[in-house]
Amino acid sequence: MFRVIANQMIVPNVHLITLRAPAVAREAKPGQFVILRAEEEGERIPLSLSDWDAASGTVTVVFLNIGSTTSRLASLQAGVDIPTVVGPLGNATDIEKYGTVMCICGCYGIGSIYRIAKALKEVGNRVITIMEARSSYLFYWEERLSSVCDEVIQITRDGTRGYRGHVHKLPDILKDLDEPVDRIIVNGCTFLLKRVADVTRSSGIKTMVSLNPIMIDGTGMCGVCRVTVGSTTRFACVHGPDFDAHEVDWEELLQRRKTYMAEEVVPLRTSRCEERHFQMQEQSRE
Amino acid sequence: MSEVVKKKKYDLDRRDMPKQPPEVRRFNFDEVALGYTPELAVEEAKRCIQCKRPTCIGNCPVEINIPGFLNRVADGDFAGGIRILKEKNCLPAICGRVCPQEEQCEKTCIFRKKGGQIAIGRVERFLADWEAQQGELEMPELPRKTGYKVAIVGGGPSGLTVAGDLIKMGHEVTVFEALHKMGGVLVYGIPEFRLPKVIVNREVEYLQMLGVELVTDFVVGRTRTIDSLLDEYDAVFVGSGAGLPWFMDIPGENLNGVYSANEYLTRLNLMKGFLFPKYHTPVKRHRKVAVVGGGNVAMDCARSALRLGAESRIVYRRSREELPARLEEIENAEEEGVIFDFLTLPLRYIGDENGWVKAMECQKMELGEPDASGRRRPVPIEGSETIYEVDAVVCAIGNSPNPLIGATTPGLIIGKKGNIEANEETGATSREKIWAGGDVVTGAATVILAMGAGRIAARSIHEYLTSNGSA
Repeated sequence: MFRVIANQMIVPNVHLITLRAPAVAREAKPGQFVILRAEEEGERIPLSLSDWDAASGTVTVVFLNIGSTTSRLASLQAGVDIPTVVGPLGNATDIEKYGTVMCICGCYGIGSIYRIAKALKEVGNRVITIMEARSSYLFYWEERLSSVCDEVIQITRDGTRGYRGHVHKLPDILKDLDEPVDRIIVNGCTFLLKRVADVTRSSGIKTMVSLNPIMIDGTGMCGVCRVTVGSTTRFACVHGPDFDAHEVDWEELLQRRKTYMAEEVVPLRTSRCEERHFQMQEQSRE
Repeated sequence: MSEVVKKKKYDLDRRDMPKQPPEVRRFNFDEVALGYTPELAVEEAKRCIQCKRPTCIGNCPVEINIPGFLNRVADGDFAGGIRILKEKNCLPAICGRVCPQEEQCEKTCIFRKKGGQIAIGRVERFLADWEAQQGELEMPELPRKTGYKVAIVGGGPSGLTVAGDLIKMGHEVTVFEALHKMGGVLVYGIPEFRLPKVIVNREVEYLQMLGVELVTDFVVGRTRTIDSLLDEYDAVFVGSGAGLPWFMDIPGENLNGVYSANEYLTRLNLMKGFLFPKYHTPVKRHRKVAVVGGGNVAMDCARSALRLGAESRIVYRRSREELPARLEEIENAEEEGVIFDFLTLPLRYIGDENGWVKAMECQKMELGEPDASGRRRPVPIEGSETIYEVDAVVCAIGNSPNPLIGATTPGLIIGKKGNIEANEETGATSREKIWAGGDVVTGAATVILAMGAGRIAARSIHEYLTSNGSA
């Protein structure tokens, strides 16, 4: 069992949970993920690691409350145990001295890019981070990111902070910088990853994305996370999660992610209410 | 026995095992076979003529004293029977259900020529279930602790066998399992209707009672490497299985609705998706499911699809005769209404506008000359392409070993097919202190062969630990 140490909503609908998982914390590297189950009947879902501390044996993940498992996860109080936290899974992000690296992140990716940016900085890169959100109130960890990056640039769709728009502003941003960018690393939702891939394709800048398809075991067994990269089928859990953005078949990935869209909220809608109904029936019988 | 000799007439009437009727069982996930009654078990065991030189034992990968336990059952001494059985087999309830006995112990039974081979597997199953019903399990006497520690990678059939054997030899044993439940393929792959999970849990609990430490949610190669385990343990056994699903590499395989058998079965079995939404892992209710392949896994998938309400068909490129699945499973599938399309090869899958599979194009085959496997090679018939309507495809054409251990263990020699190379007689690998066995060595095979490999490795590990070669 894995104890919830802290759990809070840091910005609307985005949660930060810290769990006790010493074996995972000891081995975790930037860019890896865990699979967890929030309850015995629960689904196994992959979540990127945002932070970890081997000394205290804890790992931290940031997630969006979007389906039945994340909703359950969001509701957990500190002190309760969950049945599964397994990892660290996937290959670590390649950390080398590239020169100037641009880290682009949005949503839960703001959390998961933090240790990547930190590691890149530690090996001597100049690190520029671009945070993207619908509005400024959805930003978090700005100070943390600022502390490990040379520059933090923000984009909001409503223009409440930084550049106004989406990552299609990237060419403008690149032009405004007075230095060439040697590598781009993107963490966040599939839409953000794809948009970045689209706008950097012609630039020739190597762009790496951390993919987030559906997974079950996370060790290469089920094959549900298969993605087409450079016309070969790869398993994101064991061959990734990082791939070259310009080689990913985005249409396929976006479609495969939608496989269980209808079902993902069903346990939320039905079983809990029914459970409650039967509980009440039983109580009234007593 | 004396009675048989007197009569000089052998009882060749192999007793049938009661089953749920097909028209009932095709709508539920409960176990198909219901098991012998004590009377049937005794009758069946009495048919064994206790050969002076039994041929069954040598054909059992774990060398169970088969006439021995049959003799006890014939006398109605079930406790004695289970004791003999468990000397060699720590998972009898499982083997009694999923071993291909017709290829092993029952194959060489002297009654086989006349079709009356003793139903060894059914009696084995009966004994294990009888013991479970008695409540109290009989605990074997454990020797003094040797102080040696062994780590086992993978909680499947080979790993659990090694664990059971080594704990009974006095060593400390820890099993590391990547998934959240022990059992490997027994829990994620084989469906409830063929192997109820309470039975697997019972066997796992028995090991726990013997003192085996079980660690779930631990991926060796990621959570810790084998070399890191060797800092703490005196030996490591790798039984990580064949968990990497094959696809055919034909167009449309990544469409929504095309599954690997592993995914399809894991959702249903490990995650209990057939109880969705009580269990939260989603399972689609398809209308027309095509399962590609002809092995036991393909049968499991097709029969599961049927139980979820679909029209279910097996698409296999050879003919019925070449089906690698057990005859019993083929017959069960046929009785339940699975459709078989033999001599049929999928060419591509066709998607709808939303990226869901809606049809598959197949080619008819005919059988040509025998190939390396000795089976007649299927040859495509030109111009025989046809399009079937389907809304799901399950690809059950096999698995190769998971590459994680090989990739994270320097010096471990990996074969061409991704398998760990190990000595057949000892299970020893190219690295000192590391043994391997089961599907990770042989490629996808059977539960009992994995157990046999586990037994061999356990013996070799024990010899190593107790000789001067150890730390």
